[in-house]
Amino acid sequence: MSTASVPLPGWISYGVIPLINLVIAFFFSGLVVWLIGENPFEALKYLIDGALGRGDAIGFTLFYATSFIFTGLSVAVAFHAGLFNIGAEGQAYVGGLGAALVALALDRYVPWYVTMPFAVIGAAVFGAAWAFIPAWLQAKRGSHIVITTIMFNFIGAALMVYLLVHVLIVPGKMAPETRTFLPGGQLPKLDWLMAIFGLKLGPAPFNVSFIIALVMCFLVWLLIWRTRFGYEMRTLGISPSAAVYAGIPYVRTVIIAMLISGGLAGMMSLNAVMGASARLQVEFVGGAGFVGIAVSLMGRSHPVGIILAALLFGILYQGGGDLSFEMPNITRDMIVVIQGLVILFAGALEYMLRPVMVRIYQQFAGRKSASQKLAGT
Amino acid sequence: MDNYEIFVSMLGSTVRLSIPLIFTALAGLFSERAGIFDIGLEGKMLASAFAAACVAYATGNAWLGLLAGIGISILFGLIHGFASITNRGNQIVSGVALNFVAAGLTVVLGQAWFSQGGRTPQVPNGARFDPIILPGAEAMRHVPIIGPLYSQVISGNNILTYIAFLMVPLSWWVLYRTRFGLRLRAVGENPGAVDTAGISVTWLRYRALIVAGFLCGFSGAYLAIAQSAAFINNMSAGKGYIALAALIFAKWKPVPVMFACLLFGFLDAFANFMQGKQLPLVGEVPVQIFQALPYILTCVLLAGFIGVARPPKAGGVPYTKER
Repeated sequence: MSTASVPLPGWISYGVIPLINLVIAFFFSGLVVWLIGENPFEALKYLIDGALGRGDAIGFTLFYATSFIFTGLSVAVAFHAGLFNIGAEGQAYVGGLGAALVALALDRYVPWYVTMPFAVIGAAVFGAAWAFIPAWLQAKRGSHIVITTIMFNFIGAALMVYLLVHVLIVPGKMAPETRTFLPGGQLPKLDWLMAIFGLKLGPAPFNVSFIIALVMCFLVWLLIWRTRFGYEMRTLGISPSAAVYAGIPYVRTVIIAMLISGGLAGMMSLNAVMGASARLQVEFVGGAGFVGIAVSLMGRSHPVGIILAALLFGILYQGGGDLSFEMPNITRDMIVVIQGLVILFAGALEYMLRPVMVRIYQQFAGRKSASQKLAGT
Repeated sequence: MDNYEIFVSMLGSTVRLSIPLIFTALAGLFSERAGIFDIGLEGKMLASAFAAACVAYATGNAWLGLLAGIGISILFGLIHGFASITNRGNQIVSGVALNFVAAGLTVVLGQAWFSQGGRTPQVPNGARFDPIILPGAEAMRHVPIIGPLYSQVISGNNILTYIAFLMVPLSWWVLYRTRFGLRLRAVGENPGAVDTAGISVTWLRYRALIVAGFLCGFSGAYLAIAQSAAFINNMSAGKGYIALAALIFAKWKPVPVMFACLLFGFLDAFANFMQGKQLPLVGEVPVQIFQALPYILTCVLLAGFIGVARPPKAGGVPYTKER
């Protein structure tokens, strides 16, 4: 009998297997470090120290994690509907335009807490708009969403560079960026939250969007597992033909799922644009959209898993900087390698260990039932 | 410069910019026609460029560099196969993963080995694929019309350019005139039928990925040791994705693939030419439009406004024998 159809308890499929996959990914990352002649354990020590050792380090870690929660949720929502959104990068980039326009329009007149809801809507609407055309093409024309979202990443990048260089640039300045937002267009730092734990935030841009991210995690959980639409999305994700047969409208579900996904990706810009740099810059997304893929895969598309995975990648991004400073032989790009290996082992090779685990599990379960039988007689 | 000379020089740069696209898109053609989505083209290209530059630098031999590029590219293809054929993982996830691994590893290893910020050292002159001057190019130069065309576009390219244009009919022949090609196309449409005929779906798809890796190795080598003389950080710069777009634009057929690549190469050359120039009536055309145009065209095509692009039916679906 094939092992693929044997059911495994949840704690193995959602706990043990992902954890082992992660360990394998880190083992190979360590191998790379060892290959270039450095001590992997020492590297790990620098990495963790650099990410969690001081108050500002934790602040930076949480700042990165905030971005990854948004993009991770974005990928996850689409994934539940059976869609693979590679376009979170582009949607976040264009979403930044929405956030920046709101901040530029309102920062002179109102305090930040009035600007914030509008900025959230602006970022989400622009991000969703950038996901709309690929969604429509997938739903109506059957063109593969992976291809179209990749294309839209590039089109979005070209569009944003054009806008920043020709339209939004401050006249007379060289740098392609908008003017700096006034405090009314910035999201304040969460230094009070850090102070509760006796930590100093320092220069780290850990800000209110972290709380928005947590709220979104809750809302996504609610949407996916507690609403009718979430149920329809998951049905579509598992079997499109069954979903259509059950009367779930394919076009509507695909488009709305992608709009939500794009909106969540767009909100990532709140953290980077309004929380950190207080202006819209070229390439501000910096790969967070792609990290979202890894985060969502590792977190098994569940908000709690996504938060944990986002924290892990936050640690990697912040600690990776310190690591490259302590060990000049290891560049920051080591993070990209780790990211790739995590996607490979936690995502593409997720079933690799399943047959082995099934065999081990059956042996244990078999022994248990045998001993129960013995006790019964 | 008169208009004809501009035209000829632009044609020349179109050819040079299209070559990596042609190799990569043909690579994608083989794997996608066998039912394996290949988002990892970009990564394979980058990894093979790095390997080619390293080996050409170390050995001083361009052919060994090419061989190393091909080897690494095939290795990446095999990992892709292990994940998506043997373990039935998601092909797109696997491709994305390999792109990241390539993007990171090339810089990490490059920095660790050469300490030049992720670049490899300049490859010495003899270790590159140098331009080949075809016989009579100098004599032909002053013949009107065909002279410049012959001496600047047809002659003066390196050997990989000619190989690229040879690969197009060769790919067509393999796909449409050999048993392997027939089976490969069948496995991309209906793997069940191929399996029923007693042919191994797994082995066939692995072979398709090996061919893809082989072709992609050429494109990386072209970037690193023909077009330039070193590996530069992220030197593929999205060309793998443009090649993917060209593959779709060409509706997964070899000869149209060549024309799509030439078109996208021309757009690239035209963008370079137009930079900072004024057009009558419109003024300066922003370079970003040309950068986005290949992607916009592909999306328009996918929307069904220019014919219908029908992908291989079994693409992206791992094959499972009955349980």
